[in-house]
Amino acid sequence: MSPQNSKSEVGHLRRIAVVWVVVSVVADLLFWFLVGPHVPPGRMTETAINNQRTFNILFVIALPVLIGVWVYLGYAATVWSAKRDGAPESVGGEAARTNQKAQVWWMSVTSVIVILLAVYGFYAVVVEHGSGGGEGPNPVWSPEGAIQAETAALGGGSSWTPGHVLVVQVIGQQWKFTYRYPGFGGFESDQLILPNHTTIAFNVTSLDVIHSFWAYQLSVKADANPQVNNVAYTETKQLGSFVVRCSELCGLWHGSMFNDGRIVSQSDFTNWATSTQTANAANTAHLPPFAWTYVPDANGASGGFYPDGTFTPYSPSEIYGAKSPAS
Amino acid sequence: MLGLFAVAVGLVITAVAGFLTPGVPGGIVNFTGAQPSGQPVNLTVQTFGAIGTGPHPTWVSYLVKSPQGQWVHSTDWELPANTVINMTVIQYDSGSPLRNQQWGQVTGTIGNTASVNGKALSQYDSNSGNGVGHTFTVPALGLDIPLVAVPSTSKNICGTAPCASSFDHNTITFSFKTPGAGNYSWQCFVPCGLGYLFGNGGPMSTQGYMGGFLKVVA
Repeated sequence: MSPQNSKSEVGHLRRIAVVWVVVSVVADLLFWFLVGPHVPPGRMTETAINNQRTFNILFVIALPVLIGVWVYLGYAATVWSAKRDGAPESVGGEAARTNQKAQVWWMSVTSVIVILLAVYGFYAVVVEHGSGGGEGPNPVWSPEGAIQAETAALGGGSSWTPGHVLVVQVIGQQWKFTYRYPGFGGFESDQLILPNHTTIAFNVTSLDVIHSFWAYQLSVKADANPQVNNVAYTETKQLGSFVVRCSELCGLWHGSMFNDGRIVSQSDFTNWATSTQTANAANTAHLPPFAWTYVPDANGASGGFYPDGTFTPYSPSEIYGAKSPAS
Repeated sequence: MLGLFAVAVGLVITAVAGFLTPGVPGGIVNFTGAQPSGQPVNLTVQTFGAIGTGPHPTWVSYLVKSPQGQWVHSTDWELPANTVINMTVIQYDSGSPLRNQQWGQVTGTIGNTASVNGKALSQYDSNSGNGVGHTFTVPALGLDIPLVAVPSTSKNICGTAPCASSFDHNTITFSFKTPGAGNYSWQCFVPCGLGYLFGNGGPMSTQGYMGGFLKVVA
């Protein structure tokens, strides 16, 4: 390569780099401040905020890569395109394939990006506790106070007050989610109402087939499996409405298996929960004791096990519906 | 060989078509012109242990009384929006406990109450008495009424539809107000699909038997 060609090459790279840096910085800033705050899942919970930030960081990293490709492509198409008069290409062929400097730069930059993403990924998993999915029956982490609240719920001695972890049980059934509140006598409701600025311990299970509890504005998604208690934690941060959908194809009315939920103030939540506890008291008395899972026993027309009015406890499971055949 | 292959393909296509179109009966029964605008609409249905006809004669289902007074096998009903519906369910089936007693609570009706044979009902313990035959539940409206069963020991249970009032039955009445226009699915929450896994297959999983739509129009 002649000194003149080398000088020309440096000039090209400098121009490309300047255009790339300027466009990338402007695009990243515009995205971060104008688009970023509106990116799903929003900012209703700590989990949602973390997920939104993760998405925005990934996008801010990816955008310069995309812009780099476009700028290079545009520059090459404009400056280095083959001339119709048969003039030789100024760059290309053997010289381009063996350009070690370009190869080293490309591999170094992409390696650094991948390593940074891996570091951030570990940070998100360890510090932010993952993405808000179900943590399984034995979570490797839990927010402060969650274990105490869940233990109290199982023992039947739970009573929620503002500032403490609220345990909410999500029960999937073909084809509706219902919600139990052990901190208020274990009443069950088809409404999901949550207090603001509160850590929520979702305990998700199913009475029949596999469902999946997905409250995407809360950035919480946990499979609802029969006889499995799938725990998911989050902290509410913003008042508003959200939508719960089943995201596991679960039969004929799967498409109808959704409901609205609301995050309300702590005082409004307390008023709603206490009034619902009172209104539902007669029916709550006939529900099984609060348990992590409920045996989706053969009952009704399919099993013919008619009840005798006696529930046989399956600690920590309990029977919804008919008596267990084994008891 | 080719003939056998063609027969096999034909059987597969027939089976798939049968699964995808399991004999949806009836069509939509229209109640929008049944009463003057703004006046309550009366809707009467009966539910029983076996429909007796069609591709699944042993399946549990509903009949609805059309505005012309005929019993029609349909679970899709067109109703006027923002209108009080006075609903009567004549329940001829025996029962079982609810898988989830939550559905034993009357919700979403006017006054959150219903009546069974003239007696007020706000909730029913499905683990006692005769159990619950079915529920009439519209999840999107928060509407749920347990349809109290007739005794399984009764010697006068209706075998196949349509059932005459001489058979043992419970008459459940309630009123609710339709919301704005839209399609609202309704279903039974008793696992009443006899012979299917957890009772939720068969009529519970086939449109036109234990579930349907309220087609609410403005």
